[in-house]
Amino acid sequence: MTAQAARTNAAGLRRDERLERLALFGLSSPAILLILVVLVLPVGWLFYVSFIGANGQFSLENYERMISRRSYLRIFVTTFQVSLLTTGLCILIGYPFAYFMSQLPSRLANLCLITVLLPFWTSLLVRTYAWLVLLQKQGLINNWAISLGLWDEPLKIVHNMTGTLIGMVHIMLPFLILPVYGAMKAIDRDYLKAAANLGASPRMAFWTVFFPLTTPGLFAGALMVFILCLGFFVTPAVLGGGKVIMVSMQIVSNIELFVNWGAASALGVVLLVLTVAILWIASRFLNLDRMTGGGH
Amino acid sequence: MRNWLKSPATDTQVTHGQRLWLYVFAVIVMILLVTPTLIVIPMSFSDSQYLEFPPEVWSTRWYDNFFGSSEWMQAARTSFQTAFLTMIVATPIGVLAAYGLHSSRFAFVRLAFVLMITPMMVPLVLVAIGAFYAYVKLNILYTVTGLVLAHTVLALPLVVIVTGSALKGYDMSQEQAARSLGAPRWKAFLTVTLPQIRFAVVTSALLAFLTSFDEVVVAMFISGGDNPTLTRNMFNALRDQIDPTIAAISTIMILVTTVMMVLVQVFGQDKKSTE
Repeated sequence: MTAQAARTNAAGLRRDERLERLALFGLSSPAILLILVVLVLPVGWLFYVSFIGANGQFSLENYERMISRRSYLRIFVTTFQVSLLTTGLCILIGYPFAYFMSQLPSRLANLCLITVLLPFWTSLLVRTYAWLVLLQKQGLINNWAISLGLWDEPLKIVHNMTGTLIGMVHIMLPFLILPVYGAMKAIDRDYLKAAANLGASPRMAFWTVFFPLTTPGLFAGALMVFILCLGFFVTPAVLGGGKVIMVSMQIVSNIELFVNWGAASALGVVLLVLTVAILWIASRFLNLDRMTGGGH
Repeated sequence: MRNWLKSPATDTQVTHGQRLWLYVFAVIVMILLVTPTLIVIPMSFSDSQYLEFPPEVWSTRWYDNFFGSSEWMQAARTSFQTAFLTMIVATPIGVLAAYGLHSSRFAFVRLAFVLMITPMMVPLVLVAIGAFYAYVKLNILYTVTGLVLAHTVLALPLVVIVTGSALKGYDMSQEQAARSLGAPRWKAFLTVTLPQIRFAVVTSALLAFLTSFDEVVVAMFISGGDNPTLTRNMFNALRDQIDPTIAAISTIMILVTTVMMVLVQVFGQDKKSTE
C-alpha cells in the first residue's frame, strides 16, 4: 500500500516536473514568437518569391539569371574578394596586436583594450563617414601626404576598392582582436617557460606551443569577420562609390530601383545559404560557442 | 633605456629590443583604431564647408543647422524614441527567454537557442526586405511600432547571450532554497536571482539601446514618412554629398555611445560580485 502510494507520488512529481519545465520553456515564447513573425516568416516568404518568375508562375529564372549574366557573377566574385581580403588583413593586423596586448601587464592591457572597444561601440555609419571625410580628394590624408611630400597629386583612395577595404578592415578589426585576445589570455604562461626550458628557441616555442593554442580564437574571429563581410552593405555602399558592388547592394538596388522582388529574393537566398553553409562547415571543425559567448 | 631594451620581455627570453617592431606596430594600430572617429569631433566645429582639421575658424553653424532643422529634429526624436522602446521591450523578453532556456533543460533548448541568435547571423539586408514586406501586409510600415519590433529582434541575441552567460555563472540552488522556504517561483526569481544577475541585465539593456540607435540597413527600409531615423537620413545624405551637418550629428552620436559605455562601466560591471 505504501509502496504503491510512493510510486503514484513519484509519478506525479515527475509529471509536475515536466509541466514546470514546459512552463519555464514557455517563458521564451514571446521572444521566439517575435523572431518567427518579424524574421523567419518573412524570410521564408522571400524564399518562396525567389522561385516565382515574371509571369507569376513557378520558375527558376531568378536563379538562372544569376548564372547566365556576367554582371551577377562579378558581384559574387567581388563579394568574396572583399570578404577574403578584409579577413586576411584583419588577421595580419589583429593577431600581432592581440599578441601585443596579451603580453602587457593587465592594467596597461585594459587601457589598450579601450582603443579596441571605443571604435567597436561607435556607430558604423559614423565610422564610415569619418573615413569618407579623411580619404576624400581634399581630405586630411591627401592634404597631409602632399604637404609631407609622400605623393604629389591627390590620390584616389576613396570611392573605390581601396577605400572600401580601409573602412571594412577598420570596422571588422575588433571582431577579430577580441576573441584572439581572449584565447591568448587563457594560455598558461608556464607552457612557454617549459618549452624554453626544454630547449625550444623563442620562435619554436611560439609556433609549436603558443600559436596552436590560439587557433580556436583565431578561427572564431576570422569566421565572424568573414560572415559579417559577406552581408555587408553600408560601408561598401558609401566608400565604394558604386565601383564595388556586393551582393547586399545588388539586393537593395533590385528593390529600390527595379522593384524586382524575385531577383532580390533569389540573391538573398543564395547569400543566406552561403552564410549558413559556411557556419555549418565551420561548426564541424570548431566550437561555435566561442563566437556567441556560449550556448547551452 | 638601453638596459630596458636588453631586458627580457617574454618567458622565452626575447628582449624588448628585439620586439621593438611589435611596439611600434601596436602604437600605429591603436592610433588608426581611435583617431578616425575622434577627429570628426573637432572637424564638426569648423566653419568651413570642407571640414578642415584643425579648423581655421571655429563655429557651431553645423550644430545650429542640425538643431534648427525640423527634419533632423524629427529624425532624432524617432531614433531616441525607438531606441528607448527597444530597450524597454527587448530586455524583459530577452531576460525571460534566457531564464526559460537556462532552467527548462529540454533537449530541444539547444535548437531554441540557435533560433534566438539567428538575427545575428542572417544578413541584415535580408532582415530588412523581409520586414519591409511583412510590414506592408501588417500595415505598420513607417511606424515606430514596426521599428521597435524589428530592432527588438536584432537586440534579442545580445540580451540572451549576455544574460544567459550570467545565469550560467549563477548558482541556481539559491533560488531553490528560497522556494523551499515558501517563495513562489516568480518571487524567488525577482528577489533572489535577478539582483544577482542585475549587472548583466543592465548591460543587455544598454546594448539593446545602442543596437537600435545605430542601426542603418533595416531602418533604411522600414522607417520613413513621418518617422525616419537619424541613421536613415544620414545615410541618404551621405549618398548625395558630404554635408558637414553630418559631422555635427556624428559627434552627437559619439557622445551618446560614450555615455552608454560609461554607464555600462559604472552600472554594468561589478568585479566583486562576478568574480
